[in-house]
Amino acid sequence: MDRINKNRRKFFQTSVALVGGTIFYSLIKPFEAIAKETTIEKNVDKPLWGMGVDIEKCIGCGKCTAACKTENKVPEVPFYFRTWVEQYTVKNDGTVKIESPNGGIDGLVQSVPDEDIFKSFMVPKLCNHCSNAPCVQACPVGATFVSPDGVVLVDETYCIGCRYCIQACPYGARYIDPIKKVVDKCTFCYHRINEGLQPACVEVCPTDARIFGDLRDKKSKLVKFLQKNQTQVLKPHLNTHSKVFYNGLSSEVK
Amino acid sequence: MEEHYQHLYELLSQVDGYIYPNEIEMNWGLMIVLYPYITGLVAGAFILASLERVFNVKVLKPTYELALLTALSFLFVATLPLVSHLTQPLSAYRILITPNPTSAMAIFGFVYLWYLMVVLLLEIWFDYRRDFVIWSKSSIGFKKFFYKIITLGINDTDEKSAKRDDKLGYFITLIGIPSAFLLHGYVGFIFGSIKANPWWSTVLMPVIFLFSAMVSGIALVMVIYMIVSWVRKVKIDMPCLDTIAKYLFYILIVDFALESLDQIHRFYEAEESFDIIKVLVNGKLNITLLVFQVVIGTIIPLSVLGLFQVYKPSEIIRKISYFMTGLMVLFGIFFMRWNVVLGGQLFSKSFSGFTNYKINIFGMEGTLMAAIWMILPCLILAFLLWLMPPWKKTPFPS
Repeated sequence: MDRINKNRRKFFQTSVALVGGTIFYSLIKPFEAIAKETTIEKNVDKPLWGMGVDIEKCIGCGKCTAACKTENKVPEVPFYFRTWVEQYTVKNDGTVKIESPNGGIDGLVQSVPDEDIFKSFMVPKLCNHCSNAPCVQACPVGATFVSPDGVVLVDETYCIGCRYCIQACPYGARYIDPIKKVVDKCTFCYHRINEGLQPACVEVCPTDARIFGDLRDKKSKLVKFLQKNQTQVLKPHLNTHSKVFYNGLSSEVK
Repeated sequence: MEEHYQHLYELLSQVDGYIYPNEIEMNWGLMIVLYPYITGLVAGAFILASLERVFNVKVLKPTYELALLTALSFLFVATLPLVSHLTQPLSAYRILITPNPTSAMAIFGFVYLWYLMVVLLLEIWFDYRRDFVIWSKSSIGFKKFFYKIITLGINDTDEKSAKRDDKLGYFITLIGIPSAFLLHGYVGFIFGSIKANPWWSTVLMPVIFLFSAMVSGIALVMVIYMIVSWVRKVKIDMPCLDTIAKYLFYILIVDFALESLDQIHRFYEAEESFDIIKVLVNGKLNITLLVFQVVIGTIIPLSVLGLFQVYKPSEIIRKISYFMTGLMVLFGIFFMRWNVVLGGQLFSKSFSGFTNYKINIFGMEGTLMAAIWMILPCLILAFLLWLMPPWKKTPFPS
């Protein structure tokens, strides 16, 4: 009887140690993340990537969308886009028509008759690489994160496909890759910018409507663009600290 | 893959207005409707049980164990629709080993485990331990084996041990009430904290989820109590049933008031998203919100239960009405979850258009799968009632 009691005690002791250990680990885990975050903020010697979009220059040719799909192996079906172009047409009666057939990949064509148009413009869209990203906040396993150089990335080996980040993103920039079965989004062509190249969409833009650069480098094209123009970010009231800046953004754009 | 694309092409043709191109596929379907629904049933059933235990509503005694076992049966299944909807279901454990502390979703695993292991299992164990010992002596085969194991070797049946069980069980229930609030309030927060979605993002969401959870859980136990009594061919304890209905009525009033407040506030403030939400409520959610959730799930049950507070018809009429009301409430709360989860994804975050939701019969997100997740807890409950029937417990002190 004594032996059984001893064994039982030992069993309980081991169980308590295991459960306690797990709970303790999960308690200290948050502090590890806080420690990491502060080191990212102090990373001033690294570039801080961002993008400017000059709406007045965009002609809606869709070359950016096509180049992005090729460069990043985005499925060639009209449901998945890392970047796309929207065509806004404000009609004389005050109504607004927004179109982006197949993300504008084949070039946007005006469907409203000329005499009904008050004004029309194109808006390229992509992940805003927010510093205060709702998707990073929402990811339950930390598979999506802000890189030290300010790019929001997804660790596709760690994503579990819960899609909470898709719900959290106010810009519709994320989707589940039907082949990889994990979430996917714009990376500013991280593989290219690390080699000193421009993102594919910037590279192919025939009118220089997209300006990519380092927000910390005062001499960069992007900083000059921000200096010269009155820029705006999308949905500023959501306080996401977006790093994609638009010149000539009209109030109709959402 | 081709089939998936075909489904998306069909949805693409049904898009109304402008939506972001990545929004054609609805990301959370029927499985995520079931998740808050089932969790809500658990929290609600548990709170009904604690009414008897902590708040000393002794007339509810016949449903005490039944409510606990119902909560347990549904809790076993609660995470399954959630895990099955992941695109990487085998990696679900990562939520537990590397939770992201800023994520509203990451803590669910811990809240769930706390509720299952610390609250429900312990409370049921303390409540049944003495009976397990007694039953282990009188039964044979699997039952005997199970009872022996589950006593964990603590075989005392004297008065002192029974009192100790009772005290500890009471203490667990005390912890259990805030835990039940936490479990479901927290599920509401998962939706309420998404600032990108104006249909979800409301500070009232956790409270609304909590009260609708209580409503659905109480209705479920009421219906199950009646079914179990009919199957066992025993007389339904009418004072007990009347009291459950009374609590259902009160909590339904609070729930309805909160949900109305939320909608009135939304309509009165009429923020940027108001135009699209107005179209959503009058269009795509017309039937599921106004008819299913409000009329069938709330107004009719409120009227019937309210009438019975002032005028009591014969027992048989009351029984039939309670049964029907219970089912209607369960139906209504299911569509409340539906309207929250699917409704929030039907409109584009560009606030300029709508996508569509096409429900499938087959597949992981289909109705058949949903039916399985709803039938499974009922089977578990039937098994638990066979294994540990509350009506065969030995009253103490006898």
